Amino acid sequence: MEPFTILKSRGVAVLLDDIDTDMLFPAQFCKTLDTTGLGQYLFARERYPEFNPDAANFPLSRPEHAGAEILVSGRNFGCGSSREHAVWALRDYGFRCVIAESFSDILYGNCFKNGLLPVVLPRAAVDALAQLTRTNPAETITVDLFEQTITAGGLGPFHFKIEPHRRHMLLEGLDEVGLTMARADAIDAFEKSHFRSQPWLLRTG
Amino acid sequence: MNLPRTLYEKIWDSHVVEERPDGSTLLYIDRHLAYEITSPQAFAALRKSCRAVRRPELTLAVADHGVPTTGCRTQPLADPGSRMQVETLEANCAEFGITYIPISDERQGIVHVIGPEQGFTLPGATIVCGDSHTSTHGAFGALAFGIGTSEVEHVLATQTLVQVRSKNLRVQIDGELPRGVTPKDLALAVMARLGSHGATGHVIEYCGSTVEALSMEGRMTLCNMSIEAGARAGLVAPDATTFAWLKGRPMVPKGSDWDAAVRYWSTLRSDVGAHFDRTVNINAYRLAPWVTWGTRPSQGGMVTGSVPRPEDATNEAEAAAIARALSYMDLKPGTRLTDIRIDRVFIGSCTNSRLEDLRAAAAIAKKGRVADGVRAIVVPGSGLVRRAAEEEGLDRIFQEAGFEWRLPGCSMCVAVNGDQVEPGKRCASTSNRNFEGRQGPGARTHLMSPAMAAAAALAGRIVDVRDFL
Repeated sequence: MEPFTILKSRGVAVLLDDIDTDMLFPAQFCKTLDTTGLGQYLFARERYPEFNPDAANFPLSRPEHAGAEILVSGRNFGCGSSREHAVWALRDYGFRCVIAESFSDILYGNCFKNGLLPVVLPRAAVDALAQLTRTNPAETITVDLFEQTITAGGLGPFHFKIEPHRRHMLLEGLDEVGLTMARADAIDAFEKSHFRSQPWLLRTG
Repeated sequence: MNLPRTLYEKIWDSHVVEERPDGSTLLYIDRHLAYEITSPQAFAALRKSCRAVRRPELTLAVADHGVPTTGCRTQPLADPGSRMQVETLEANCAEFGITYIPISDERQGIVHVIGPEQGFTLPGATIVCGDSHTSTHGAFGALAFGIGTSEVEHVLATQTLVQVRSKNLRVQIDGELPRGVTPKDLALAVMARLGSHGATGHVIEYCGSTVEALSMEGRMTLCNMSIEAGARAGLVAPDATTFAWLKGRPMVPKGSDWDAAVRYWSTLRSDVGAHFDRTVNINAYRLAPWVTWGTRPSQGGMVTGSVPRPEDATNEAEAAAIARALSYMDLKPGTRLTDIRIDRVFIGSCTNSRLEDLRAAAAIAKKGRVADGVRAIVVPGSGLVRRAAEEEGLDRIFQEAGFEWRLPGCSMCVAVNGDQVEPGKRCASTSNRNFEGRQGPGARTHLMSPAMAAAAALAGRIVDVRDFL
């Protein structure tokens, strides 16, 4: 996984609450075996005129936001379906960081597996950053995972919290599956006592 | 003396492989359910890294999302994308030694229906699936939650997940459910109370006299919807109802194993004095049949009410959310809910496709005929539910009333199998999400109970099911 350390990029705001993963990645595009090339379907029903007559004015369609790697959004970002396609699409589109007032638990976890940093900030900070992307879309926003801060055009620094193990995984770009497999001895030992006390868990036939 | 613990804490504690200094926990996973849409990339990643599946016998696979509900199940699927995904799942299960229920098998069905039905779902177990409605299995007192595909890979390779502990939220529901009010109405009322994100970061334990009196089907409906308030999982403490429902199912413990299991499962309840971070109380006897008017499951009310006005919202964000929802739903504030005409009816989904749900819908369906201009489909949750319903004659009741009787699958809940609501059409649906475009681009969804949906089919509009009782 690509490590995440310090990101300097312009941002784009889709300042809605409860953006669900159906909106991020409509289910009709889930008939794929891939994790790549999915950026074209991100916000498909908002971005494309066959679904939305006002598609040209959707923030991601606007030329001044081209190349933005930071998405600013509202409360409960990524609620609904657990489909990781939503995160694969955000990454493939070019996003490396989503700043929101809050996230759904499942999408929040999915972000870290894909080198995408989810940042929770208070509403006032989210609003200020969203406003900045509108009034000065070319302004650079700096996301520093070492310092856990966000600064931009005189705004901030806004400090954010992140669980230490998740921060570590992102900073180092680690493969969580490989790390856990290295703990095979601990898993073996657990299984031995677990299946001794609940032997029926192993008898699925 | 041990500190009093919640049910969630007891299940969590019994699955800790190791706690790490950074605050994370390596948690053991007893059961994994896989299906065709969120698993192929996980198997591909295993293959790419030459990794094996640690315990193939603890995963059970079935195709459900993209499977058509008409036609012949022994023929290849017509849709190329779904065919590719189903064939890939079959090939992956064969390669990695995982039990797979073919779509031509009578046991096939929605993953959250067949897990309990086969007895793969057990109290006290940790259960995961790459699907948010995995919360359904919490009805059995299992810690069950949805995961992404990267975590599916992690479970396949290690039978564990790296997790952080959630908070405890108690939803205490007391009183008898009034006539015409079902577990679905209760679930929608709970979602309205909690809001779309009110349970984020929490595991809900449902308790109280109402919950204790619910059947397993009803508890599954209630736990299923937990994710719609953002909860990590929903739980009901296992009891005699749970054990009676499970006993004798193909994959449950047998003989002395069963007795030992029941003894252990009987200890799975929150201790007196256990700490809950929050408690929400609900009086069941005050409820009426419920229906959603908006584009979030929490945006609903009693069927006797009206579409709200944005200006009645308590804050600006909520007012904007109501306005956006009403625009998408093409509804005017103040419209009586029973004045809303409908075009489509969907009875099915992991929320409401079990035998009890179909019985409730059939009891209404036999009182009339599907209204002109309305197309109504009934999609059983599994082949076994379908057969049990047919043995009771429910299929004939539905068909004589003008409902279509389909083959099992997720169908019009997620609308990727060809069953979808056309743009601009309005559907009375027993599913779990009324998001924009959920049942098809431009589709408008009103969530309700099976009995309410059947009544809407007969009336051609949203109607109070109590008028039919």
